[in-house]
Amino acid sequence: MSLIEVKDVTMQFGGLAAVADVSFVLNKGEILGLIGPNGAGKTTLFNVINGFYRPTKGDVYLKGKRVTNLRPHVLCKLGVARTFQVVKPLQRMSTLDNVVASAFIRTKTKAEAEKVSLEVLKFTDLYDDMNVLSKGLPLGKRKRLEIARALATQPEIILLDEAFAGLNPTEINEQIEIVKKIRTERGITILIIEHHMRVIMAVSDRIVVLNYGQKIAEGTPSEIGHNPAVIEAYLGEETGA
Amino acid sequence: MKKFLPLIIFAALCLVPLMDLSSYVMHILILVLMWSVIGMAWNILGGYTGQVSFGHAAFFGFGAYTAGLLYYHLEISAWWGIPGCVIILTALSLVVGYICLRLRGAYFALATLALGEICRVATENLVDFTQGNLGIMLRERTWVDKTWYFYIILLIAAGTYVLIKVVMESKLGYYFVAIREDQDAAESLGIDTTFYKTISLCLSGVLTGIAGAFFMNYMGYIDPGVVFPLYDISITIVMVVMVGGAATYWGPIVGAVIMVFLAEEIRSIPYIGAAHMTIFGVILILIILFLPNGIVGDFRKLMKPFKRKREATS
Repeated sequence: MSLIEVKDVTMQFGGLAAVADVSFVLNKGEILGLIGPNGAGKTTLFNVINGFYRPTKGDVYLKGKRVTNLRPHVLCKLGVARTFQVVKPLQRMSTLDNVVASAFIRTKTKAEAEKVSLEVLKFTDLYDDMNVLSKGLPLGKRKRLEIARALATQPEIILLDEAFAGLNPTEINEQIEIVKKIRTERGITILIIEHHMRVIMAVSDRIVVLNYGQKIAEGTPSEIGHNPAVIEAYLGEETGA
Repeated sequence: MKKFLPLIIFAALCLVPLMDLSSYVMHILILVLMWSVIGMAWNILGGYTGQVSFGHAAFFGFGAYTAGLLYYHLEISAWWGIPGCVIILTALSLVVGYICLRLRGAYFALATLALGEICRVATENLVDFTQGNLGIMLRERTWVDKTWYFYIILLIAAGTYVLIKVVMESKLGYYFVAIREDQDAAESLGIDTTFYKTISLCLSGVLTGIAGAFFMNYMGYIDPGVVFPLYDISITIVMVVMVGGAATYWGPIVGAVIMVFLAEEIRSIPYIGAAHMTIFGVILILIILFLPNGIVGDFRKLMKPFKRKREATS
């Protein structure tokens, strides 16, 4: 069953088409990787799906319902959460309060919101840092806080925007485990943007490749790894193929 | 102990009128309480929600004129202005919010700055309705003695304090602070930022208006220059909160105490007194440079030099 369907989306900034006629489907329960060189339009596409941008052309469907012009908070209510590539912690709030603020969307009382938050903090291994002001967290933990906040909204779908960028190898391995756990333990569908080939190959079921705003390939990780167009655009050196 | 401090202070203030203080001291105390209410009200929007307004005189003046015009046109007690301004100010806040809250940061501040001035000029010129610069005067004030005024404003201040405390501990409070810290993040976490900013503005506007309505009843006379001025109201509100400490429960109250006493003290100094606004400006610059979180927010920092000295001497 398709959860999100992106249909012929074009996003034009002035004369530049950041995303041009891109279509793909995100199925329930899968982890779909979205890759492409810098400036390929990945984050723009996220902003369209998430409601920050209105696409110049095309539509986004959530469970068959058109959601193209809805604002981000409405989409969040409908079950689409996201993280940001450039982390946006609520700086002068403690880690716990950051998560509590987002848990309130599906809880009424503060006690309930805190219960949800504490559970999410344990899940993302931030429990020991819950009283630290979030501006004092190191980058690795701030990236995890982004995920924790998204999880606290109890979504059906999570859009992860470069949740691995800037992490060291150990942190990357921990993060991969968390991403896998999000699906296996919580049954949340994931759309993930990532630059690290190792990560994307390890976690994705399918991959969509963008280049200059256009979709150039779609398939399983091994198909993508052998696709000549992708290798030319992007993977060439890394896989040495 | 700390938990009961507000109660202790409230109880102590309740006993103040029994001390048989001079009418001048009572006047100062009433002003302090009134400015505390205004400061706390501004703090909801400017401190917690992070939407700095330079036009709160508009809300203050609207409250005062609500009371005044009810009295003048309908010939009912000006005290009806307090419940009346809840309705009027909610309406005003919704209109202002709809127009201004789509703006962010400095642009919102500028829009509110214009709002305050628009209200002043409009009130000056709608002579048939507002009496223009003649102002509105109550033929007689409810009480000559200040005791009851003191209790009324004390009750309003205590109510405001409790209300803010309850709001800030709830979902609303978390949403306000989330909006202040990052609007885009807040939006993507499911917070309808426009809606919650409007709520914050309504709360802030209504409370400021109530203080305005009280002012009408207490002073017995208002004109546009008294209740809508940029410096004496709009800017002073910002100063009260900045000096005391934005986004703290006690900041506006401490700020009100300091600013009202300071204003009275400086005004009574010969020659320099006339320049009290200049002195306030200098104080504001010093506060922003050295205590950006205000006296309450930076209390620890403020106490540091004293602590070190004590350790050195002992």
